[in-house]
Amino acid sequence: MRKAMTFKTRLLAVAAVGVALALPMSASAHRGWMVPAFTTLSGDSAWVTVDAAISNELFYPDHRAMRTDGVKVIAPDGAADKIQNAATGQYRSTFDVQLTKPGTYKIFTASNSVMASWTENGEVKRFRGSPEDFAKQVPAGAADLKTIKSSSRNETFVTRDKPTLEALKPTGQGLELVPVTHPTDVIATEAATFKFVIDGKPAAGLEVTLIPGGARWRAAPGEIKVKSGPDGAVTFTLPEAGMYWVNANVRSGETVRGGPGMGGAPGAAPAPATPLAGDGMSASYTAVIEAQRP
Amino acid sequence: MKRSISLLTFAGAAVGSSAMAADLNVTVEVPKLNVAEYHKPYVAIWIENPADSTAAGTLAVWYDAKNREDNGAKWLKDMRQWWRKAGREMSFPADGVSGATRAPGPHKLVFSGAKGALKNLKPGQYNLVVEAAREVGGHEAVRVPFAWGKPGKLATAKGSAELGAVTVSVK
Repeated sequence: MRKAMTFKTRLLAVAAVGVALALPMSASAHRGWMVPAFTTLSGDSAWVTVDAAISNELFYPDHRAMRTDGVKVIAPDGAADKIQNAATGQYRSTFDVQLTKPGTYKIFTASNSVMASWTENGEVKRFRGSPEDFAKQVPAGAADLKTIKSSSRNETFVTRDKPTLEALKPTGQGLELVPVTHPTDVIATEAATFKFVIDGKPAAGLEVTLIPGGARWRAAPGEIKVKSGPDGAVTFTLPEAGMYWVNANVRSGETVRGGPGMGGAPGAAPAPATPLAGDGMSASYTAVIEAQRP
Repeated sequence: MKRSISLLTFAGAAVGSSAMAADLNVTVEVPKLNVAEYHKPYVAIWIENPADSTAAGTLAVWYDAKNREDNGAKWLKDMRQWWRKAGREMSFPADGVSGATRAPGPHKLVFSGAKGALKNLKPGQYNLVVEAAREVGGHEAVRVPFAWGKPGKLATAKGSAELGAVTVSVK
């Protein structure tokens, strides 16, 4: 019961800051993913079904279903599209996307939040919420203002007919993938290149991890780690065809979690507000891509 | 004189293609398979530039164009190499390219040098690629090298599962 409460409180807190799903990938092995049944489709009546979960093993639903209310779709022309037939089970959510237009669709969740502390009339104030609310609720020029900005993004890509780039335009917020090799054109045994940007600028020296699915049938996880150059680009060759989980994280300055409303015992009186020790940021990027058979 | 012309053509010199419109004679054997659930294969017959593996043209695509709800085009992607290199750029059905799936047995095909993908094909070395994908079955691509530009000998290759013998000759 207590556990359930904690979970609920957490969900509420998460929902409150507009992090619709992607539960923070804290220091656990839990990995969020959306796996499309196909990344390459043909024909006018194309539909794709997608599984979404937070699991230990890739890509087996063994921990928790991913919530679908924050899943967004960008169509090949850049317009917002929608998921259909969403259903959430104990371990896995599933939904469909209809590819009514030719080109590449991006299916994703993205969240940005700000934690802040400042002093007002000698009293420590704290804020946690969306960047928009931060701008509204935290006075401009607040004394001793410290902020920790967090962003997380979880994506997958599906192409009907010819791959297109419109849906993959970076937003300039958080950590994002910019195609050099198109993410639905990654071929096993052939070199592929992705570029990463942080707030729209090249993410240099970024460690990117690629882990193949099907872990249950392998003795070793088989993860591949690559580091980006000054231009934020990583080049890798995936050895086998299959679905891969791509992940990268950036942290700087203070990124302490917790504070009022977070992590405290449920029902306990909120602890007195304490100032943040400094400014900081954290950004995470996750994607599922397919390495196609040559 | 004749000799120097053929040398030129092999050097890839711009020579009016109509002056030497040859035909490409191809045979494709669809093997008879003893399986529980048999579907005729989808087949793409295309020309590949051997140097960089890009497609130089599509000659034929056998698929179920009349399938209800466009489920025929849904499986075009399964001829994966052709799809990636040529198919996804095209729209289907395609005139002179689309055709119905074919039953097991040898199939004789003649592609006119005056039409379609061959019309503007520059003389030189190519691979003819026959790529087959079968519903609830496998996938296979067979490559047969041939020289375009003048009549040549019969070239042949054989698939091991989804395709039988493939022969190519320029006549």
